[in-house]
Amino acid sequence: MELLSWGDRGWGDEMVRAALMTLTVATAAFLLGTVLGSAIAALRLARARPLRAVGETYTTVLRAIPDLLIIYLLFFGSSQALQWAAGLFGYHGYLELSPFMIGTIAIGFVSAAFAGEVIRGAVQAVPRGQIEAAKACGMPTALRFRRILVPQVARYALPGLGNVWQVTLKETSLISVVGLVEIMRQASVAAGSTRQPFTFYAVAAIAYLVLTTGSNRLFGLADRWANRGVRRA
Amino acid sequence: MDFALMWDSLPKVLAGAGMTFQLTFLALGLGFVLATVIALASLSGRRWLSLPADGYVYVFRSTPLLVQIFLIYYGLGQFQAVRASFLWPFLREPFACAVLALMLNTGAYTAEIIKGGIRSVPWGQVEAARACGMSGLLLFRRILFPVAFRQALPAYGNEIILMIKASSLASTITLLEITGIARVIIAETFRPIELFIVSGGIYLVINAVLSRAVRALELYLSPQLKDSLDSEQRRQQALGVRVG
Amino acid sequence: MKKLLATALAAAALLLAPGADAQQRTIRIASEGAFPPWNATDASGKLIGFEVDLANQLCQRMQVRCEIVAQAWDGIIPALQARRYDAIMAGMSITARRLEVINFSIPYGSSPARLAVQRQHRLASWQTPGNVERIRMDALTPPMNTALEELRKAISGMTVGVQTQTIHSNFLDEHLKNVVRVRTYDTMENMVLDLNAGRVDAVFGSGANLKALSDKGDNIAMFGPGFSGGTFGAGVGVGLRKDDADLKAMFDQAITWANETGVIRRLSMQWFGFDISIN
Repeated sequence: MELLSWGDRGWGDEMVRAALMTLTVATAAFLLGTVLGSAIAALRLARARPLRAVGETYTTVLRAIPDLLIIYLLFFGSSQALQWAAGLFGYHGYLELSPFMIGTIAIGFVSAAFAGEVIRGAVQAVPRGQIEAAKACGMPTALRFRRILVPQVARYALPGLGNVWQVTLKETSLISVVGLVEIMRQASVAAGSTRQPFTFYAVAAIAYLVLTTGSNRLFGLADRWANRGVRRA
Repeated sequence: MDFALMWDSLPKVLAGAGMTFQLTFLALGLGFVLATVIALASLSGRRWLSLPADGYVYVFRSTPLLVQIFLIYYGLGQFQAVRASFLWPFLREPFACAVLALMLNTGAYTAEIIKGGIRSVPWGQVEAARACGMSGLLLFRRILFPVAFRQALPAYGNEIILMIKASSLASTITLLEITGIARVIIAETFRPIELFIVSGGIYLVINAVLSRAVRALELYLSPQLKDSLDSEQRRQQALGVRVG
Repeated sequence: MKKLLATALAAAALLLAPGADAQQRTIRIASEGAFPPWNATDASGKLIGFEVDLANQLCQRMQVRCEIVAQAWDGIIPALQARRYDAIMAGMSITARRLEVINFSIPYGSSPARLAVQRQHRLASWQTPGNVERIRMDALTPPMNTALEELRKAISGMTVGVQTQTIHSNFLDEHLKNVVRVRTYDTMENMVLDLNAGRVDAVFGSGANLKALSDKGDNIAMFGPGFSGGTFGAGVGVGLRKDDADLKAMFDQAITWANETGVIRRLSMQWFGFDISIN
């Protein structure tokens, strides 16, 4: 137990700090994933064939390649890609992404593929008649989008997005490889240093369990709130 | 970008596909058996059966696979009692540990898929079968299982692909599957991007073929799905069961 | 819209930290943090160890600001090439193979490679034939060859753990591949965990390292001769990019200074309990 104490002797405060880092990265990645996922959903639902193809390719590729590889690719390739892009704008200095940004972007890209599917399903679940009715009432596109589509899509997508959040949270365990000190990295450093792997990986597992259980509750509450106006049989 | 290196390392990395398949399909097979037991226990209506079953599913779905792998591999080795037990010759091997972790992981997700499939069987069909005098195993074999299987297939196809991807984590406990071999070549050549593109491409092809195969099986089992949107919708429902 | 764009640009500027070349030059040095006592991570998450202390001394001498970052071993050279940092101090030996892709300073330490088993293992008390203490791969003598041959027989069929991408894994690959089963690890600490657990029969690594761990209580007993030369390279040095000639000159000078003034010997005694400096 002394191993998990607070302060310089034990790993307790480090594990808590690492858990906060996991939560931060997961949140950032999830937000990025949802925004990007909406764009992917829009592409996949677009009328123009090439747009649909782009959306589909993204989803297929990101869902087929192990996330570990995507993280590695970003880690080793991002600064070259950035330099190249900055060069197009006439900037020739050195640019790079922090491990935090790499983790966020990599996990965000992956969760975007899943979020995109969830959001697309939710959009399709909105009855066409409602859109037609709104059109008939003379609502312009933006208003229709804001008043009819978004509120319902948000409601339909919420359970699915709850799943995506859980996946995102667990996925952050992989970014330990780029040196960001989140739960998994902290646990393996402590396990290696103290020769007590079971203790620290068990603590890590419990930390994830607490985080997922807590956030599940939140999503449950949100779901109830979003459906408060829906009559149930 | 060193294309010659990519070309040269392609067959070497491809040689790791054997290990990837062994890990994946051994885990899927054993996991499926486990999942069936767990799903039946969970649906049994007896608390002393359903509670542990649901607890197992919850814990394994709520923690990352990487933690599960490390806990089983490095964690269990910490205890003298484990090392002295009859299980040690088995747990000593990284391959067995990887299969065990992957199996326990997929078992939890697959149990949910099977439960979803069984729940989707219309009760009327079960009653009709009972009325015809079927019961027990025959009912399960002729009615419950085939209908549930068809219903669960899209979700299970998803699970297969996820397991192919998940097997890449076995490289973290010294196994040389696709990702592991790529890392060995990177160690020799210091060219990570090239090697990760090559191995990424291999995973892409494997998973494209597998998802086509599952889709073909789906159409074969339910020909009425052809040209209908229904299967696409079920695919999306499948995502609700497990994304990631 | 303009305001939004400005905010976005400001945010981008914050996220994309520009490289060095501020007033006082900042050098970023990568270490592994899992190779005690060369480098390790303490319970407050800080990098510590012989190389961390030495890096700070060298930077003071070079009059540059130093930032020490942690990087997993198996990506440590590619990330140097990708310019994520400017130098590596992670117990990395100067070898012909690595010199093909990166450059090195002059060495600041050296440690012969050793084999080790658990203390209760039959080989823990193995006597090297002819009492050969060191096998120099670049200057093999007949007694050394005999010792190597006997060693080969003694460990034949065993599973040997080794850290990936090291002089030790290269040696096993080149000389013992068909004699033992090799298992490679991402970190030395994980390798030792598996030796403690009995998953591998023996490990092969830096002698300085294994001795320090054994002194600290790990169940490790070294046996057989030490290895150096040839595949084992020319000591441990600072890894640098090939195009960074001025940085190499700076490090070379600072290391020479640290050798002459006994800084390296002092830190070595403090962290290893014996002298690893090259005199």
